[in-house]
Amino acid sequence: MKTLIAARMERCIGCQSCSLACARLVHKRLSWYTAGIRIGSSGGISTGFEARVCLACDPPPCAAACPTGSLTPRKSDGGIKQDKKLCIRCGKCVAACPVGAIVQDELDNPYLCIHCGRCVPYCPHDCLELAEKGTANVVQEVAE
Amino acid sequence: MIRPHFRVVVVDLTSRKTHAENIPGRAEWLGGSGLAALLFEKYGNAGAPWTDPAQPLIFAIGPLTGYFPLMSKTVCSFLSPYHGQYTESHAGGRSALALRFADMDALVVVGKAARPSVLSVGSQHMEILDAPFLWGKDVFVTGKMLRHMLPGSGTRSIMRIGPAGETGCAYACINVDTYRHFGRMGSGAVMGAKNLKAIAILGDASFPLPEGKDYATAFKEIHSQLTETTMMSKYHDLGTAGNVAALNELKSLPWRNLQATTDPGIDGISGERFATDMLLRNAACAGCPVGCIHIGFLREKFMADHRYLYRQVAYDYEPIFSLGSMLGFTDGFAVLGLMDAVEREGLDCMSSGVALAWATEALQKGDVTQEETLTPLTFGEPEGYKAAIRHLGSGANEFYRRLAQGTMKAASRYHGEDYACVLGQEMAGYATGETFFVSESLSFRHSHLDSSAYSADQKPQDKDADKVVAGFVKDEASRCVLTSMVGCLFARGVYSAERLQQALTSLGYADVAANLDAAGTDIQRLRWRLRMRSGYAPMQATIPKRYTEVVTWKGPIDTQYMETLRQTYARKLMELGQEV
Ligand code: SF4
Ligand code: SF4
Ligand code: SF4
Repeated sequence: MKTLIAARMERCIGCQSCSLACARLVHKRLSWYTAGIRIGSSGGISTGFEARVCLACDPPPCAAACPTGSLTPRKSDGGIKQDKKLCIRCGKCVAACPVGAIVQDELDNPYLCIHCGRCVPYCPHDCLELAEKGTANVVQEVAE
Repeated sequence: MIRPHFRVVVVDLTSRKTHAENIPGRAEWLGGSGLAALLFEKYGNAGAPWTDPAQPLIFAIGPLTGYFPLMSKTVCSFLSPYHGQYTESHAGGRSALALRFADMDALVVVGKAARPSVLSVGSQHMEILDAPFLWGKDVFVTGKMLRHMLPGSGTRSIMRIGPAGETGCAYACINVDTYRHFGRMGSGAVMGAKNLKAIAILGDASFPLPEGKDYATAFKEIHSQLTETTMMSKYHDLGTAGNVAALNELKSLPWRNLQATTDPGIDGISGERFATDMLLRNAACAGCPVGCIHIGFLREKFMADHRYLYRQVAYDYEPIFSLGSMLGFTDGFAVLGLMDAVEREGLDCMSSGVALAWATEALQKGDVTQEETLTPLTFGEPEGYKAAIRHLGSGANEFYRRLAQGTMKAASRYHGEDYACVLGQEMAGYATGETFFVSESLSFRHSHLDSSAYSADQKPQDKDADKVVAGFVKDEASRCVLTSMVGCLFARGVYSAERLQQALTSLGYADVAANLDAAGTDIQRLRWRLRMRSGYAPMQATIPKRYTEVVTWKGPIDTQYMETLRQTYARKLMELGQEV
């Protein structure tokens, strides 16, 4: 299955179009935070930006920690499916994720990437890619 | 959040208390420029001096902030330390989205902290931290320390001042998220006078989107128009720096304190040269896919044996003009070095460069001596200017303290008014002709972005003063609408009145959309009333002699026409600013 990969973050300009797109299109929210991908500066913006986004662990520890079955492993290639109806907002997934890819909003609802790729076209510098694992990172940094 | 009223958070630094107020008037005052003016009328006192601790420092966003791309600016309004009158300054960075997600249409800061302080606010949070240890620290050191002290990396905006704001320089800026600024008219000194070293805004809330398809449709159309057309490519590619060579070619780029308007050395500081040799990367304001911020790379040898340090410096057209051509530089790396120095002190780059250009000519002419300037100042020599920038920031002696109050204030003391390049404030980089000189001298922000005068000058015109002034007034009213949304003025080609109406309606602001034209005019008039109440006398605004000596592509300046235009515009402004 295809996975969202923040493959070329060296190119990132910190516009947060990706986070805003995920919040808008996937979660129906206006937010730069309650989104599957979040952009932070890697220690002040003079050193560039990094993405907090699901790495599609296989098997996913967040799904293992989830006591309700709200998060379950995808069919293949790691990452999770989310059934929001089952979520009891316990936050166990947040604690289980090794890279801090899950956030909770003020009502404790968890937000994480479902690898749908809807943010990808909104990135003006083509930093993001929806691809089979192992293929995205080989893309060369060459100008078109 | 979408709501019919404004949610305004007022922080009183004296009592260390805050309260939120719901203020009606969305359809009349929109947000941004309009809201800021409304709030100044409520919380400010146009008759009292800017130093009165009760005077507000206002940051306002608009109904479209965060909901649409390039709606990424914040309007800051205050009584200016430069002229004591009501003014506005605009900046982006993350400030606008941080205010949106802190759930504030505006933040109003009143009072004065007992000690140097940092204000930290969010949607569920207000704290005033004592920070005397930050006083005297430059903008970069302050930023680094604050990043460790404050929560919310990536979802916050940090606005801080440097030494210039602390010493009350009338053109001290507020640095926003390292690469953007509330640059002009001295907002940094207002913070300094309040003992406020920094404001951190934590954008930690999120909001539901409107039901239905209209919002999604409007977003898609606007986003594709902004990104798929060539409209934005000039800001994306070379950025505003692309204008440097073009204006030099048009004999409209001020060189060496406007002693010339073109120079064969242009290739060393052109936008193309910066992009080829110095550009390191781009950055963007939050919510803007254009990413017009161009960051240059500067490597400095600080010790023998090839010991280097590197700096990253944001450049644009205006700093290249003010710290480059205006100071006689034809080497872009030297210009980056001065930009870095100015940034550190928390000075406005345009005013600093123009002030130092005047000081250089004054020294050449013998109107001031090196006893005053403390360092040699020679066009094209960077080291003297670096020292002078530090002196300006710290207010090293009487001369620099005067110069820090404005070039004309220093010029009138040292008999150098004729060659002070001041058009209301230190000029922007457009020696394009009569229209621009009059517009910048008199217009509300004394900014090149108050009207399209500099591009009007670049085309053949008939000299019909009434028509030109009517154009200024109309242009200002439409810009008032965009700066109330609050959109980046670079997007003004995309955000037509119809587009703004579509966007507003999709969010449920049909009443606001229906009232845009009238609101633009009302906001324009309120801003002028506030300006007049605080002492503006447009008839008295003069244009220094140096501008009558300029030669552009059109030939020498038509001084008679310039004077007619000046008087016509001034009279019109008196009318706009009349009490109702
Ligand atoms: S959310 Fe975290 S733990 Fe779960 S699959 Fe993604 S990276 Fe792994
Ligand atoms: S791939 Fe989908 S869920 Fe993941 S960050 Fe992008 S838009 Fe959000
Ligand atoms: S959209 Fe692209 S450039 Fe913008 S913040 Fe996201 S990854 Fe960075």
